[in-house]
Amino acid sequence: MIYWNSFSDFLAMGGYGLYVWGSFGVTALAMVIEPIAVARNRKATIARLKRQLRAESRSTEA
Amino acid sequence: MNDRFNLYRFASPATFYPLAGRLIPWFIAAGILFGLAGLYIGMLVAPTDFQQGEGYRIIFIHVPTSWMSMFIYLVMAFWAAIGLAFNTRLSGMMAQALAPTGALMAFLSLWTGALWGKPMWGTWWVWDARLTSELILLFLYIGYMALVAAIDDARRADKAGGILLLVGVVNIPIIYFSVKWWNTLHQGSSVNLTKSAMAEVMLWGMLLMALAFWMYSIAVALARVRTLMLERERHTDWVRKTLVGDEQ
Repeated sequence: MIYWNSFSDFLAMGGYGLYVWGSFGVTALAMVIEPIAVARNRKATIARLKRQLRAESRSTEA
Repeated sequence: MNDRFNLYRFASPATFYPLAGRLIPWFIAAGILFGLAGLYIGMLVAPTDFQQGEGYRIIFIHVPTSWMSMFIYLVMAFWAAIGLAFNTRLSGMMAQALAPTGALMAFLSLWTGALWGKPMWGTWWVWDARLTSELILLFLYIGYMALVAAIDDARRADKAGGILLLVGVVNIPIIYFSVKWWNTLHQGSSVNLTKSAMAEVMLWGMLLMALAFWMYSIAVALARVRTLMLERERHTDWVRKTLVGDEQ
């Protein structure tokens, strides 16, 4: 079933290795970075909103 | 009317927020499964292309990212139209949540296209109709995000951004049909409803990868829209309850 004869064949991509792996590598990197950025933004937003909420409830109690 | 089948209920952020949260893990799981299957077929099983050698394998991300870049824009324009017509709260947030992912897909489409063009055409870039209109799509995404970020009032930002999205939607058919309307260096479409230019196993690899990119985009956009909902609805009771409780 597997088309390749060896792992080095697979990496070389018939001489197109730079172009193929350059495409897949950058895409994979983007698909790792974007979810991390979304998660970090979410954490920061929730922390900020919680701070605001606490500040508000303090000012109404006083 | 039975409440369970009332779609309008989900147009309210308070009900959509927890639903989106429950759906995200499923989209992630489906995305990983489709991605692994697509990579297995595309990179390990599919034979070489008789014209382009192994370089053709870039197609397994180039075509899905290009499709997504166009499709996400259409979905954003759809939400913009709904938002402008019915003044719904959720639609503007949906459009905003999709924009960065759409821009990323447009960038990846251009990036993989350049890496494909260099060995096949001998150049990273040409100002031909397909490539130029896709570049304009990337600029439309960036312009939309910059415009929305520049306007403080969220509802006005949605309106201005929505109009930009609706005007820019004319670019989508131009991208899609550019290879038919003009003589371009870019090859014609690889997939056709009646007969496909690709071998069946390659087609399967590409469709699985396309599904993986769909699932990825939905998961990321849902995660982003949930944060936007908290931010924009911060003065409502449901957000206060959500922030105080453990459910986030």
